[in-house]
Amino acid sequence: MAAHRPEGPPKLLGVVAEYETPTALVHAAEKVRDAGFQHWDTYTPFPIHGIDPAMGIRPTRLPWIVLCAGLTGLTTAALLQWWTNAVDYPWVISGKPFLSIPASVPVYFELTVLFSALTALGAMIVINGLPEPHHPLDLKERFGRATDDRFFLYIQARDPKFDESATRALLESTHPEDLDDVMEDQSSPAGLPRPLVIGLAALVCAAIVPFVLFVQARQTMTDQPRIHMVPDMDFQLKYKTQKASAFFADGRTVRPQEPATIAVGQLDEDEHLHHGRVEGEYARTFPSALPVDEAAMKRGQTQYDIFCAPCHGLSGAGDGIVSRRAQDKEQSMWVPPTNLTQGYLRRMPVGQMYELIGKGVRNMPAYGPQISIEDRWRIVLYVRALQRAGNATIEDVPAAERGGLN
Amino acid sequence: MAAVAQPGATTVVQQSAGGNPWAGPPEGENVFGMITQNVSRLTEAKPPRAWYVAFAIALALLTMFGLSLAYLFYTGIGVWGNMVPVAWCFDIVNFVFWVGIGHAGTLISAILYLLRQDWRTAINRAAEAMTIFAVVCAAIFPGIHIGRPWLPYWMFPIPNQMGMWPQFRSPLEWDVFAVGTYATVSLLFWYMGMIPDFATFRDRSTTKIRRIAYGIVAMGWRGSSRQWHRYERAYLLLAALATPLVLSVHSVVSFDFATSQLPGWHTTIFPPYFVAGAIFGGFAMVVTLLVPARQFFGLKYIITLRHIELMTKVILGTGMLVGYAYGMEFFIAWYSGSLYEGFTFINRLFGPYAWAYWTMIFCNVVAPQIFWSRKMRRNVWVAFAVGVIVNVGMWFERFVIIGTSLARDFLPSSWGYYVPTPTDYTTLGGSFGLFFTLFLLFCRYLPTVAMAEVKAIMPEAHVQHGHGGAH
Repeated sequence: MAAHRPEGPPKLLGVVAEYETPTALVHAAEKVRDAGFQHWDTYTPFPIHGIDPAMGIRPTRLPWIVLCAGLTGLTTAALLQWWTNAVDYPWVISGKPFLSIPASVPVYFELTVLFSALTALGAMIVINGLPEPHHPLDLKERFGRATDDRFFLYIQARDPKFDESATRALLESTHPEDLDDVMEDQSSPAGLPRPLVIGLAALVCAAIVPFVLFVQARQTMTDQPRIHMVPDMDFQLKYKTQKASAFFADGRTVRPQEPATIAVGQLDEDEHLHHGRVEGEYARTFPSALPVDEAAMKRGQTQYDIFCAPCHGLSGAGDGIVSRRAQDKEQSMWVPPTNLTQGYLRRMPVGQMYELIGKGVRNMPAYGPQISIEDRWRIVLYVRALQRAGNATIEDVPAAERGGLN
Repeated sequence: MAAVAQPGATTVVQQSAGGNPWAGPPEGENVFGMITQNVSRLTEAKPPRAWYVAFAIALALLTMFGLSLAYLFYTGIGVWGNMVPVAWCFDIVNFVFWVGIGHAGTLISAILYLLRQDWRTAINRAAEAMTIFAVVCAAIFPGIHIGRPWLPYWMFPIPNQMGMWPQFRSPLEWDVFAVGTYATVSLLFWYMGMIPDFATFRDRSTTKIRRIAYGIVAMGWRGSSRQWHRYERAYLLLAALATPLVLSVHSVVSFDFATSQLPGWHTTIFPPYFVAGAIFGGFAMVVTLLVPARQFFGLKYIITLRHIELMTKVILGTGMLVGYAYGMEFFIAWYSGSLYEGFTFINRLFGPYAWAYWTMIFCNVVAPQIFWSRKMRRNVWVAFAVGVIVNVGMWFERFVIIGTSLARDFLPSSWGYYVPTPTDYTTLGGSFGLFFTLFLLFCRYLPTVAMAEVKAIMPEAHVQHGHGGAH
């Protein structure tokens, strides 16, 4: 810590004046400004309104720096989201576009603000020359009150206008509380205290350790089993289909069906009701177990609208919303759904229609697992009604209501 | 650094011989010195016994928090009551609750600064500290709720061996950026405001440790007017940047819910409703913290009855906004004609969680109405009590939104009922331990009031034009 020290008597660095009120300081600053000094400053416990013009301080360029930082943040956000989600790793989310401006706006905004804010503080610190550990005025005991309740004005000796006696006289004329010479510091040790340096060095060394461990872990192999961080998630107390069972004699967790048993709801011995057939032929009538009435028709309509209408259309004309969208998109492979009200379907036995709903046909999937047996029959009933309506003439409309159709 | 023996410092030591050194009116020869002394002595004198008692309680709660998290990490998410259909509950309720609390600080600092509300200077520092600590508490919950607490880095766009990137069209990812930016900007704002006050502490310090510690964080600030000029400009810019940020954070948090399809969440009113609720809850927390602080730490002369009254007015106003939002949710549920929306709201009123709903209504809508009376607004203990009630109410609001909507959605066959486990309660209670520990340390070691800002709005700080003002 034995730093080089200049020989001889300390050099005069400037003159400092102390004031009790902001008003006195501002008036003094105006005088110093008018005398044409350049290397001088005032020190106050809080920002004083009106000191900037009194000292001739020009507006700072800080806002422009912050503006540039904000635009950088915006650009970063735009490039980041575009590159990561549309180019490098295109995320497929419900067929939405890879680059979508509205969904990107929150991150545009946040990164603009983040970059601007970091820059506003950082640029303030850098332009102000902070951190500034040493200052000639620190030697003055009274100067400690610059952060408490007193106001100081300091003119540096290196200013071309500085003249020891004339400058003192100028400051005397502003009626300071105190006026003092500021001399070069020859007593304080230079550099940081040794414990602080050792502590910082130890901290830097310790900070490297985790990264060394990461690199080591990435570069080496181990024959140990992997670490289970959350055991109750990795080893859950439940049976899985292919796991061994200690409980059953055959050691299988999944149980085979017991011979000569039928699962609940899977009894299908009624040929007409369950298979749509009568003596091997497709049934031409509805099963007697199901009443054909208004309630059945309404239920059929509800189920038809849920399961069938998306493709076949609400009127059965084969113009459902799925089909229309496929045609809008000009999907060449699309097989249009059948128009239920025309052609051979009008002559198809109800038993066959029932079977087609349950087992599917061409690219229409099987709906047996989703629609109950009774509801499949009711849908057939409703399709019969749609066929009648789709081929109706004016004669089918009751006489009393024909008027409104003309 | 300037090693200065202050007359004020010795006075404080003498005072501490008898009675609470933190209480009592400040002494000083001038108004600026009085402010310095009043605020600085909190960190210079030994604190009263009440501080130690409070700190011991907070530390015990913090230990409970640590143990709850250790148990969670060791065993897994199963230690919580979360179970399908209620896959989000206390974890996300606590997250939204704490983020909401964290809104008042920056609102007071930034928006009231731009609106030139000078009264903010007395309370902004404590409110900003509260914001930081609340966001710290909030940030823990998304981290621990993911179930694999060693993987939260997946939330950030870091190049990785999987070659994958976060999904930027997800509101949960927007959340990461919104809360992260908010925490950073609040911290910058807080630290920047404290630089001149750290310099004051440094210059008053009587021990070497204090001088070095405060000297490092003050970065050699000496109050140069050329530096003040850039400092004020930077502060204004930060305030202007933080203002839309405050409004955006809780809007983005509300998107987590509003962009989903769940009845009770899928509402366009959520962003303004959440922001109003956040300001409401945040101000209630400021009042809850500052009423005891000013009473026990001798800040009555800086944080006056006027400040308490103004804050209660904000609570009354935002409370009514929140009440309006509750009503509007019902109107829209009916007006939408959606069976599920309608059911969700009827279910909130009369369903299995009706007790939570009516607690919320009492705490958030009924209780603040007492502030129509000027006498009640100026009674600090009434303000304190209502502050606590509103905080309870705001926690229940998030519970009602998250818990009840998930418990009964579209399919009655998948309905459920959420019951918290003891670990849920200790984690919630423990997060308060973290919050109060940090806040008590703040009261003890950092400038609790923005001294430079308070001085700058004193009548004595204004320059009198013309001659003869000085002597």
